[in-house]
Amino acid sequence: MVIEVLLVLTLPVAGAAVLAVLGARRRAATVNTAFSFATLLAAAALVVRVIRHGPVITGHEQFFVDSFNVFLVALTAFVGFTTALFSRPYMRIEQHHGRVSRRRLRLYHSMYQLFMGAMLMALLTNNIGLLWVAMEAATLSTVLLVSLYRTRASLEAAWKYFILCGVGIAQALFGTILLYFAAGKQLGNQGTTALLWTHLDAVKNHLEPRVLGLAFVFLLVGYGTKVGLAPLHNWLPDAHAEGPTPVSAVLSGLLLNVALYAVIRFKVLVAGAIGAALPSHILMAFGLFSALLAAFFLWRQRDIKRLFAYSSIEHMGIITFAFGIGGAVANFAALLHMTVHSLTKSSIFFSAGHASQKAGTQQMDDIRGLMTVSPTIGWGLLLGSLAILGLPPFGVFASEFLILTTAMRLHPWATPVLLLTLGIAFAAIFRRAQPMVFGETNAKRLPHSPALLPVFIHLGLVLLLGLYIPPALAHWFRAAARLIG
Amino acid sequence: MRTLERPFPGTDTALNILAACLLLISFAMLSRRRTQRLVTLLAWQGMVLFVSTLLVAHSSGRVEMYYSAALTLLLKVIVLPLILHYLINRLGAQWDTETLVNIPAVMLAGLVLVIFAFGLAQPVSVLATTITRHTLGIALAVILLSFLMMITRRKAITQVIGFLAMENGLFFAATSTTYGMPMIIELGIALDVLVGVFILGIFFFQIREQFDSLDLHHLEALKED
Repeated sequence: MVIEVLLVLTLPVAGAAVLAVLGARRRAATVNTAFSFATLLAAAALVVRVIRHGPVITGHEQFFVDSFNVFLVALTAFVGFTTALFSRPYMRIEQHHGRVSRRRLRLYHSMYQLFMGAMLMALLTNNIGLLWVAMEAATLSTVLLVSLYRTRASLEAAWKYFILCGVGIAQALFGTILLYFAAGKQLGNQGTTALLWTHLDAVKNHLEPRVLGLAFVFLLVGYGTKVGLAPLHNWLPDAHAEGPTPVSAVLSGLLLNVALYAVIRFKVLVAGAIGAALPSHILMAFGLFSALLAAFFLWRQRDIKRLFAYSSIEHMGIITFAFGIGGAVANFAALLHMTVHSLTKSSIFFSAGHASQKAGTQQMDDIRGLMTVSPTIGWGLLLGSLAILGLPPFGVFASEFLILTTAMRLHPWATPVLLLTLGIAFAAIFRRAQPMVFGETNAKRLPHSPALLPVFIHLGLVLLLGLYIPPALAHWFRAAARLIG
Repeated sequence: MRTLERPFPGTDTALNILAACLLLISFAMLSRRRTQRLVTLLAWQGMVLFVSTLLVAHSSGRVEMYYSAALTLLLKVIVLPLILHYLINRLGAQWDTETLVNIPAVMLAGLVLVIFAFGLAQPVSVLATTITRHTLGIALAVILLSFLMMITRRKAITQVIGFLAMENGLFFAATSTTYGMPMIIELGIALDVLVGVFILGIFFFQIREQFDSLDLHHLEALKED
């Protein structure tokens, strides 16, 4: 097995084991960061290998890295590390405020690493059965994180999360079984060959269309629940608002991406079997509906984390819509949007988390004048909000502009809906962000200095991606766009 | 695809009868009020799955199906019901009942779901070459009925039982179309289910500590206004 892949997969699991033992120590947060950093280094080594030697298939073909998952692996390891960096002071402040005990921090750190491991496994595996197992493991490891504060609201959110995603993922398993059954006709049901994506991709034109059509509906509903596509999105705002902020950041920034990644992998297979028209239309409809619905809900939010959770649904909807359009440009834009949304949204959650710690509440009406007490948090939140709203020169502008122009060219009917969505979202978030950042304040001092470096690293990268896309990344995006079709 | 090697006479009929039992148990679950009885029914469902997997293993001559059957016996007939019973005892919910509104309507909805499931499964099952292909419709029906049960129940434990019954239906679907998933995947799924139930166990105590009840109507504060 390729050593980099092995390291990326095992480091988080080792981290979870180590932190399960000594997670209650004072140093636990540092150990957590160290493991995340080691995972990031392993992922970077993997990226270098892919740049030098091209795609990798390893471990008896059970794992692979191609142009579609390589940047997602890098992104996941990166955001995993910066979130660990943010989580260290953030959770210390939470502990100081008496919201969590040392013992619960042990659970928190251990599960955090396990969650990272599950997501990286889901991204790297070539086996669609293993993909399912890893996605379910990702849900299970975060359920107890969402209910970490043991408040009534957080228990309710975690319960909803578990049941909705559990039922969703059960549908996905049925879809996987159907796909395995259809593949067995071509590849035989001995061993795992009929579950390997690369083999499925090779025979996708010969798979039984009727079975594949049915399988896609189940798979889309199943993994779509985790993407947060409406009307299956109910768990998402609650889980984001009630869980600890670092968890909200990785749920929004990473888990949604990984679930969408799974949907798109299956879309490729199904499009090969039954033609691109049906899966494309379903994705476009789901995407557009989610984006529009989320935009309306954005308008009514009072809780800062719920606001940005709905914004995640909106953006996931836009990305799903773009994948639905398909073709080189739209897929390129969707992949870029996945990247910039992940970076921007996690940075917003970092600033929003510290902002609500300062104000002592997540209610936006009571968060005031961040600029005067803590200019860095204020700027972080302001710039993050402007970036997510798609203002140039940030990267979100570039990807949204591409999506919008492609939609105008290929599906003109969708353009007014998209513009309406973006307009409502802009007004809804801007009218909330502005008074939080400017004006008078009653905010208090934090017991530990907040970590705002990750916020500005993320925003810097988003700015960079708006102005210049590194050639290697552009190459992957183009190759992946071709692969997705 | 290997064809039948050593089918018992009447294996076909026996499998169909077992599948019918599975469906009947699902209907019984829809109407049972006492939580403890539901656990017993769930264990019976596991037992039926075990026997039918064993039969299929024998008639298809696939060795890994025997492992799969053993895993079913261990997990679905013994471990999970034991955990659930333990939880119910620890939570003092032995005599808990639920008020079910309008059982006839639920039953009727169940019937419609069964017809729908058969319609959906029909084009797929004609393509299958397994001895159990006709039972895919029943497997899908069990999944949908469990879903219906989760919707109509208000208690945390009952919802989890519905969830596990849904998993049973999925397992049955895998057996009836393809003689089960590869062993490594079945092990992964079993592990996920076990960990899931374990986490829920912890979760029940947290819920009860906060709300003094496992009734889910307390868990309806988070709504969009």
